[in-house]
Amino acid sequence: MFAAEFIGPAIQQSFIKLSPRIMWRNPVMFTVEIGTLIMLLVTIYSFTVNDATVGRFGYNLVVFAVLFVTLLFANFAEALAEARGKAQADSLRKTREETPAKKINAVGEIFTDEIQVVASSMLRKGDIFYCETGDIIPMDGEIIEGLATIDESAITGESAPVIREAGGDKSSVTGGTKVLSDHIKVRVTTEPGESFLDKMIALVEGASRQKTPNEIALTILLASFTLIFIIVCVTLKPFADYANTTITIAAYISLFVCLIPTTIGGLLSAIGIAGMDRALRANVITKSGKAVETAGDLDTLLLDKTGTITIGNRKATGFWPAGNVNEKQFIEACVLASLADETPEGKSIIELADTRGFKKPSLQKDKVHFVEFTAETRSSGIDMEGLHIRKGAFDAIRQKVEKAGNKIPVETMNKTKEIAADGGTPLVVSSNDTALGVIELQDIIKPGIQERFERLRKMGVKTVMVTGDNPLTAKFIANKAGVDDFIAEAKPEDKMNYIKKEQSGGKLVAMMGDGTNDAPALAQADVGVAMNSGTQAAKEAGNMVDLDNDPTKLIEIVEIGKQLLITRGTITTFSIANDVAKYFAIVPALFITSIPALQALNIMNLKSPESAILSAVIFNAIIIPLLIPLSLRGVQYKPIGASALLRRNLLVYGLGGIIAPFIGIKLIDMLLGLWL
Amino acid sequence: MNTELTGVIVMFLLSVLLAIPLGKYIAKVFAGEKTLLDFMHPLERFIYRLCGIDPNRKMNWKEFLAAMLTINLVWFVYAFFMLIFQDKLPLNPDGNAGQTPDLAFNTAISFLVNCNLQHYSGESGLTYLTQLLVVTFLQFVSAATGIAALVALFNGLKEKTTNNLGNFWSIFVKATTRVLLPLSFVMGVILAFNGTPASFDGKDTITTLQGDTVNVSRGPAAGMIAIKQLGTNGGGWFGVNSAHPLENPNYFTNIIETIAILLIPMALIFALGYYIKRKKLAYVIFGAMTLLFIIFCSINIYFETKGNPALDKMGIAQDIGSMEGKEIRLGSAATAFWSIATTSTSNGSVNGMHDSLTPVSGGVAMLDMMINALYGGVGVGLLNYFIFIIIAVFISGLMVGRTPEFMGHKVEAREVKIAALITLLSTFLIKAGTAFAAYMLVHHPDVGWAVKPGAWLNNPGYHGFSEMLYEFTSANANNGSGFEGLGDNNVFWNVTTGIVLILGRYLPIIGPLAIVGLLANKKYIPQSSGTLRTDSMTFGVMTLAVIIIITALSYFPPLALGPLAEYFSMK
Repeated sequence: MFAAEFIGPAIQQSFIKLSPRIMWRNPVMFTVEIGTLIMLLVTIYSFTVNDATVGRFGYNLVVFAVLFVTLLFANFAEALAEARGKAQADSLRKTREETPAKKINAVGEIFTDEIQVVASSMLRKGDIFYCETGDIIPMDGEIIEGLATIDESAITGESAPVIREAGGDKSSVTGGTKVLSDHIKVRVTTEPGESFLDKMIALVEGASRQKTPNEIALTILLASFTLIFIIVCVTLKPFADYANTTITIAAYISLFVCLIPTTIGGLLSAIGIAGMDRALRANVITKSGKAVETAGDLDTLLLDKTGTITIGNRKATGFWPAGNVNEKQFIEACVLASLADETPEGKSIIELADTRGFKKPSLQKDKVHFVEFTAETRSSGIDMEGLHIRKGAFDAIRQKVEKAGNKIPVETMNKTKEIAADGGTPLVVSSNDTALGVIELQDIIKPGIQERFERLRKMGVKTVMVTGDNPLTAKFIANKAGVDDFIAEAKPEDKMNYIKKEQSGGKLVAMMGDGTNDAPALAQADVGVAMNSGTQAAKEAGNMVDLDNDPTKLIEIVEIGKQLLITRGTITTFSIANDVAKYFAIVPALFITSIPALQALNIMNLKSPESAILSAVIFNAIIIPLLIPLSLRGVQYKPIGASALLRRNLLVYGLGGIIAPFIGIKLIDMLLGLWL
Repeated sequence: MNTELTGVIVMFLLSVLLAIPLGKYIAKVFAGEKTLLDFMHPLERFIYRLCGIDPNRKMNWKEFLAAMLTINLVWFVYAFFMLIFQDKLPLNPDGNAGQTPDLAFNTAISFLVNCNLQHYSGESGLTYLTQLLVVTFLQFVSAATGIAALVALFNGLKEKTTNNLGNFWSIFVKATTRVLLPLSFVMGVILAFNGTPASFDGKDTITTLQGDTVNVSRGPAAGMIAIKQLGTNGGGWFGVNSAHPLENPNYFTNIIETIAILLIPMALIFALGYYIKRKKLAYVIFGAMTLLFIIFCSINIYFETKGNPALDKMGIAQDIGSMEGKEIRLGSAATAFWSIATTSTSNGSVNGMHDSLTPVSGGVAMLDMMINALYGGVGVGLLNYFIFIIIAVFISGLMVGRTPEFMGHKVEAREVKIAALITLLSTFLIKAGTAFAAYMLVHHPDVGWAVKPGAWLNNPGYHGFSEMLYEFTSANANNGSGFEGLGDNNVFWNVTTGIVLILGRYLPIIGPLAIVGLLANKKYIPQSSGTLRTDSMTFGVMTLAVIIIITALSYFPPLALGPLAEYFSMK
């Protein structure tokens, strides 16, 4: 967290951020800056003029120094968060350093085949470039022609190459990734400096960082606390006059700075940046800080079944031969029937057989005839050496078998029903119009997904599975995975309608999508996460882009959002609770000379009024760097129910916030006692 | 257990036991359900016809507030001139003079805003006409205004999404005819039978055993004293309020009057539960308030029954507690209990002099008024508590990782801004007022006012500071009780507290109604398991924590310089 590479620039930034024009954005720290400035003048004055009412020069100088350091600490927190965020973004940006681009020149609207090599920075939105095996893609874009395998490990860290092709939902390519095979023509979709990553970096750097609604509300609350303490300090003057007490300017300013919520004021923007940074570490690019915050409020998640809840497509999970067929024979028939089947289901049958020790047989091409799947026969298979092996849906095979005068064995019949009832898909295999048995295909639910949904339920988030399956199958998988609701036989507009329905009930909805037809729903959703592999339209519509293309990412995003809010809330509570102890340190110190009875309030038994006030301001300053790690890491979120979570945080940060400064101030006072 | 303590416990338990059915009844009245007092309907219809009111017109929060503020302004002008010209009007058997403009300003405002800070003494400062048609009248309508404002809040919370906070006129009239008038009638009769005067005759004369002649003030007082207690008004008929033997003749009337202080403020909390059908929320609010209330009572009863340490040092026995400024017939415990009841509810009536409370008790009484939301004034107490709820909701919402929401509506920047400003306001009014007074006292002690600043304070030092702090705290809380001993009938105090009274009354009504109006307009968010439940013990504790922290942080220095410094110096 405090890596040396961040510290240097962060320290430098801490000084740059002292500029009132930057400070102004943070009302709490801005008042500290004014106080520091006044202290500086008082210090100079007490150096030149010997005036007892303003206190000793040395003491004033120390108070000034502590206040100045308080400011630096607050700036350092923000600068460090920025540096970390930027480093994370830079490491992504590095992938898109200057690379040569093979630009296809255009004459007017018509593109010629002429290729000109230019620097990637010369490419503008709408330009077309060409990439072939071994090329680094120079710029984000959309494939308009061709298909290629691409290594996206530079961005996702995932080494397995992916296929991207023109048309369809996997047409986006990202600058910095590498073409492994084939060649593509790509149209540039963003102007240089305007890619999502660039936008994110700008957000982190603060140039275009806007306060989120909760941040604004919190700033208002903190500003009003600051105002309360301005009133406290200003009215103290006539009160002290009445009590015949002289209070030095240093003491007034110390009291003020100690009381106003400098801890949260100093850490507030760091917490916000750290939230975006955590999202970025999860390989999610957010387009605004607000989106991260909204994620914490989500009520409903729309999750695609395939890839999120289940692993890829359905797979063969069992061979169930009929009573009179031996298993070996049956599996062999299954393998033969699936040899030419290029669908994922077909391949999974071969794989399953492979695990049982059945190797793919090598056949002489001229002696066999593969029967393709047609809508008419609804089965596929192979004809060879007098064998006619078919594989297909139960109905299709039964028709065929019964037509030939044979009967489906009872075991097969029962097994078929059983599999269907379990949410699986039965495929019946026949040889020469005799049913041999059933292959069971099942959706494989991702390991651990039930626990994640349970966790979401505890957070109060409803999960909805979106699938193209029929309602029966969908229901079965929904139950098994533990989602709360499902949309079966889903069309893109169904997602949209579901989102609108939930939103009209006041809920916040998130979804993930990649296709152009997902774009309207992504835009409609409160948090729309587009996959990086998705189309440009989808990426434009959503407010986050997931570089890993991992549909389960939504769950992490929700937690990041909650963590962001909790961190803000707990540090605010801590900061305000700290004031109790500071009052007990400073108020007796101010009045002890004129009202000796108030010594009774000096419950920490601090050595002297000067030491008490210094201890309080020093504690106030060092608590900021001490809390930087917590602010950047975030307070841990535990889905234990809102009330329990409140109790826990209130106990740790509220009660802890009251007790900690008593101990801290006392310790500092003891240390100061060695010199004073 | 001694009987004094038993008396206190009986008073508290009776208040709660009576408040529950009353709360249910109040909820029914405003929900338009059948009640025992439906025979008042023709009277209400007559009032509507007379004033040209359409009782069914819906009002949004702005219209509601406009109606409320307009009629309040009319009442102010009316009261101001009545008080100035009271010497020229009938029903003045004792021949009392008209009030000076600055006193009339202060008095009119003070009764209009349900505060009843009295910079005059009832026996000589008012006539029977102004006692009845200004003071008693305002005591009814100001309490009814408070109830109306609270019912508007209920209406905003009741519906999922609505613009309609109810019709001000209709709620206001019903609050008077169905709640305040009947209760005051019953209580007035009880008081009259126990010796409180209810007569239009002037001063009576008695000859004491020593042979001296003493003039005893009388008047139609019983009814006024009833509404003074029930409507958290507090402004007494006689100068020394319920410490006066005719205003509060015996321990029985003291029980009745103490219950009357707490009754409606407590009942309105239960009414919230019945009206918006969230009884648990009402119980949590009631529980949180009661916890702090009992703590405060215990502190005051402890210190008052323990006696004055200064007298202890002199070796004087104080078996019945600190009796300075207390009535023998009532005792120190009952007076201590009353001191908390009256400061909790912004009532302000007293049955013993708060100036004579031991330092810590006096400080707790002030602290209670600084919070001003433990049961609180009729209607407005719960509005004040609502502000604390909003701040508690906001901070705890963040702490559980969700955008804060209250009763299904998001609490965002605008609502937080209003709540923060209202919290800020009381700190500002109390501290700036006290600071101004302290400044005048120290730097300009000889300004030529009716009472010179240098002569304001009866006591020097810490206690004098408490007197000034108490006055502004009482004015801001619309409480009306005083640390007497302050020379407050002069331009400075009449005008400054008058301004504090207006701001301390109307802004804390406008703020919560604006918040509830804004909230009710927002989309309703159904509850999920991630939602923080506001009707849980945890949230009750959270709200209490917010109240204590905000109050402690805002007022620690002046409380340390006044009551605490006095206490530690005496110890």
